[in-house]
Parts: sequence; structure tokens; C-alpha cells
Amino acid sequence: MDAKEKKNELWAFGIVGFFILVSVWTYSLSEYYVYLIAYLWFGFVYGMALQYGRFCFSSAFRDLFAVGVPRMAVGIMIATILFAFVASIITAMGLSTFHPAPTSVHSAIGGLIFGIGMVFSGGCASGSLYKSGEGNGPAMIVILSISLTQATFVDIGGVFNKFVPASWAKSALEKGLPDSITVSDGWVDQYLAGYVWNQPVTTFAKMLGMENTSFAGAMMGDFLVGVVAPALLLLTVVYFFWGRAGFRKKTIKQKGAMTFKDEFTGFWVMMMASKRTAIAGLVLGVACGMQMFVMRGLRLKFGINNAGEILHNLGSDFGLSVRGTVFDPGYWYVTTQEAQWVGWALHKLGWNNMDNIFFGYVNGIPNPLFNPADWMSIALIGGAAVMALLHNEFKWKAPTLELALWAALGGFFMGIGSRLALGCNIGAFFVRVANGDPSGWLFGVGMILGAYIGVKIFNIYAERRMAREMEACGL
Amino acid sequence: MAMKFEKKGEGEYLLDMQGYVCPHPQLYTKKSLEKLKAGDVLELIFDNPSSSESIAAMCENVGNEITSQEMDGGKYTWKIKKG
Repeated sequence: MDAKEKKNELWAFGIVGFFILVSVWTYSLSEYYVYLIAYLWFGFVYGMALQYGRFCFSSAFRDLFAVGVPRMAVGIMIATILFAFVASIITAMGLSTFHPAPTSVHSAIGGLIFGIGMVFSGGCASGSLYKSGEGNGPAMIVILSISLTQATFVDIGGVFNKFVPASWAKSALEKGLPDSITVSDGWVDQYLAGYVWNQPVTTFAKMLGMENTSFAGAMMGDFLVGVVAPALLLLTVVYFFWGRAGFRKKTIKQKGAMTFKDEFTGFWVMMMASKRTAIAGLVLGVACGMQMFVMRGLRLKFGINNAGEILHNLGSDFGLSVRGTVFDPGYWYVTTQEAQWVGWALHKLGWNNMDNIFFGYVNGIPNPLFNPADWMSIALIGGAAVMALLHNEFKWKAPTLELALWAALGGFFMGIGSRLALGCNIGAFFVRVANGDPSGWLFGVGMILGAYIGVKIFNIYAERRMAREMEACGL
Repeated sequence: MAMKFEKKGEGEYLLDMQGYVCPHPQLYTKKSLEKLKAGDVLELIFDNPSSSESIAAMCENVGNEITSQEMDGGKYTWKIKKG
């Protein structure tokens, strides 16, 4: 082991030691901190798995359209199916923390904007976190841009109120929100209360006339019909358009012809093309399901429904919403806690952002040090850093102006898209799809289309750039 | 550090993508290889771990051969022979 590897190993131990110290120290202060600690360690596992498998939703669809590589799209489907299987069992047991989101075209529109952004930035919301753990400076700018965009977007009013349809404004006022929430002043407020909240909330099980919490509803409706069937369809499309050509060429070279049986072999070869990605998908799928189970168990143990009650019991009342709640999904989520930390900082600088629905009525802006979901993201970066350090892959990359601009632009689009769709590639796609929520697939369709558009735009830029370089070499 | 593409010798080219993150390394590698002739060798230098899997899969799919792979301190140096 050379000096650099030894140094990397020491850093890795240091990061793990820090999280252990946080866990032990906070637990010694109060048993309630177990709630925060659980989020932290699930985040750590996500970070390790993401870095190990180079697991990025952006790369899944971008690499399909840009360079014809299907490995990540396959990995994501593996993770989704496994997560869905575990989640269905937990749902059937009545222990799920998942709540379906309103289903309408807004999910697809949000997904489309998000999809364009993730191609520009070079990483999705979760991808930017794990890449930050690899020392990737542009990914840190992406996080900052997503966070700032969201925190600002949810509070914009004034001239933007003129772009609110009258029906939204009327419907929002009729919701009877508390006086502290100025629902008539804010584009996102009126979008949420006047439009999104009026949309149907359903699952595949309910659409088939079954109860979610029944075994048949969870396994047949949500899992088989809602996840396995569309995932297999998507994988088949990916195989025929991107996975088959290379395998066919090799098979014909070896055997002279491609039989129907060979198609299944080719499909399997595509599924197993990247062991790292497949293993990461397996770990993520199981860990995501387990997190829902553990968080639900902790809520039952402490007799709470939301982490706001824990913060209140710990004497940290600052930043709780008007209902006493904070953002506490009970499962993997990325963007809301990113908006929260900037929201908290802006509030400390004098910006009153507790009069909007996003912060003031639903998620709050707790001190980041006491925000359980924030610790999930911090530990995710830490877990990715540990994995990168142990594999000698950590390298600090300072952002150039060119990359910083792409990162900021991509983060901006992702921030807008995630607020319109009420989540990102994790919260609005991965988690929802795996839990039988049709709005997840709507976000996915938009995200894939957005990735396609993003690749087309990015290709024009890259083509011109490369042509200049190659012309100089006479090519 | 700006992206660099240069001719090193007859049929030998260098693409230096150090400092670049996704999707730049894989996209510029693809565009470079598309312009090269069969048998030409591209020496690729990059330091974005996420791009490694994508570039390897891309080469496998289109029949380009990765003849050598080195990694030192987060810096990847690969030689790719156009198929």
C-alpha cells in the first residue's frame, strides 16, 4: 500500500468515525436521536452503493440516447423491482410510510424539465450527491443550484401572481389555510393548493379495485401490474433498441444466425452487463424497502407521526411548520431537504419564507443540524466518499467556468422540475414507481423525454467543440 | 483544465478529459472514435470514475477494443483501438 492509499484509508476511517461519533453522542443525549441516526446510516448505505455502482439516473437515459449504453437503465430497473418487492411486503403488512402523490400531467411536465436539467448538469439529484463525495466540484455547484432554485421558487410571488390562472387562485383560497400562509401571494402556493391538491391520488392496486394493504393489492396490483410489467416492457424496448445490436453481431459471427432462444440469452447478457451496477441496484432496492420498515417502526416506538414531534420534544422548535411538522418522508428523498437548508439560511438572513405552503405549512425549515432528512444526504455524500477513497477513486476536481455554468443551469432546471413534480428522480420517480403510484411513471415518461431533448441540445454543443479540436488535427 | 485532443503520431491520438465530469468524457470519446479510422489508437485520459463504466460498455457495444487500462490516484489512462 503506497502513501496515497494509506492516506485515503485514514480519511475513510475518519469519515466513518465522525458518523459513529455523531450517532453515539446524540444517542447519549436522548433516545429520540435514534430517529436521526437511522436516516443518517441509511443515507450512508445509499452513498456507498451509488458510488460503487456509479448509479445515476441521469446517466441511465442520457447514456442511452448519447452513447447507446443501456447498463444504467438496466440497473435502475433492477433496483426498482427489488425495492418494489420489499415495499409491497411492507405495504401488505400495513407498515409502509409511503403516501401516493396527486396524479396528473404536472408530474410529466416536472419530469421533462428535470430531465433536461439532469443532462446539462451531468448528474441527477442523487447522482450529484454521490459525485460530490468523489470530490467532484461541479456536482457541488449542482447541489447548490438545485437548493437555491427550489428555496426561491417556492416563495416567488409579486409579478408572478399574474401568471396564476383564476381557477387556481379561487380554489387555493377555498382550502381554508391558516392565516400565516399567504396563499394568494405565491405562484407555487396557488399551483399546489389550487391545482395539484385537486388531482386524484391513487395506486395501481386501487385502480384495479383492490386495497393497498391487502396482500393481493400490494403484490398483484402495485408490484406485478404497477412495477414488474412496465419495467419488463421498458427493458424489452431498451434491449431491442440498444442492447441487441452488439450481441447479435457477436452471435452471428460465432454461430452464423440468431435464434429466438438467443434473444433471451442476449436479454440476460444485457441485464448482467455491469455487475457493479446490478449489485448496487440490489443493495439500493433492499435498503430502500428496509428504511420504510425501520422508520415506521421508530414512529410506532416513539408514538409519533412526524419528526416535528421529536424536534419539539428535544426543545428544538425553530422552523417547524404551522402544523408542527417538518419534512419526514420515512424513505429515501433528496430535493426537499436541499431546499430546506437554503430556506433555513435565507430565513436567518431575514427572508420571511414561512408564509408559503412548502416551508410554512408542510416541510418547515429546521436547523440543518437537527433535520433528519438533511443527515441522510450528508451521510450519503460521506458514504460515497468512503467508497471512493477505499477504491483510490477520490479526486478533487475544481469546477472550470464551463462546467460551473452547465452545473448551475442544470441545477436550475432540476430545481424547478422537482418542485413542479413534488420530487426528483428519487422522490417522484424511484420511490413512487416502486410503491405502485402511477404518478411515478408519469414523471418517468417526462424525465426520459427531457433527457432525450437535453442530449439533443448538449450534442450540438459537443459536436461543435469536438469538430474544432479535430480539425486542428486534420480530421 | 480544458479538454485536449491531439495527434501523437501516425494513427495515434490523445484525448485528455481530466477535470471533466459526466457526460463530457463519454460523449467526447464517442465523437473522437467516430472520426478515427479502423486500427487507429486513442489514448484517453480522464478522472471521472462514473464515466469509466459507460466508456467500457460503449466500446464493447460497437466493437472498439480497450487494449490497456491504468488507474492511478483517480486518473484513468486507457488505450482504445478502433474496431
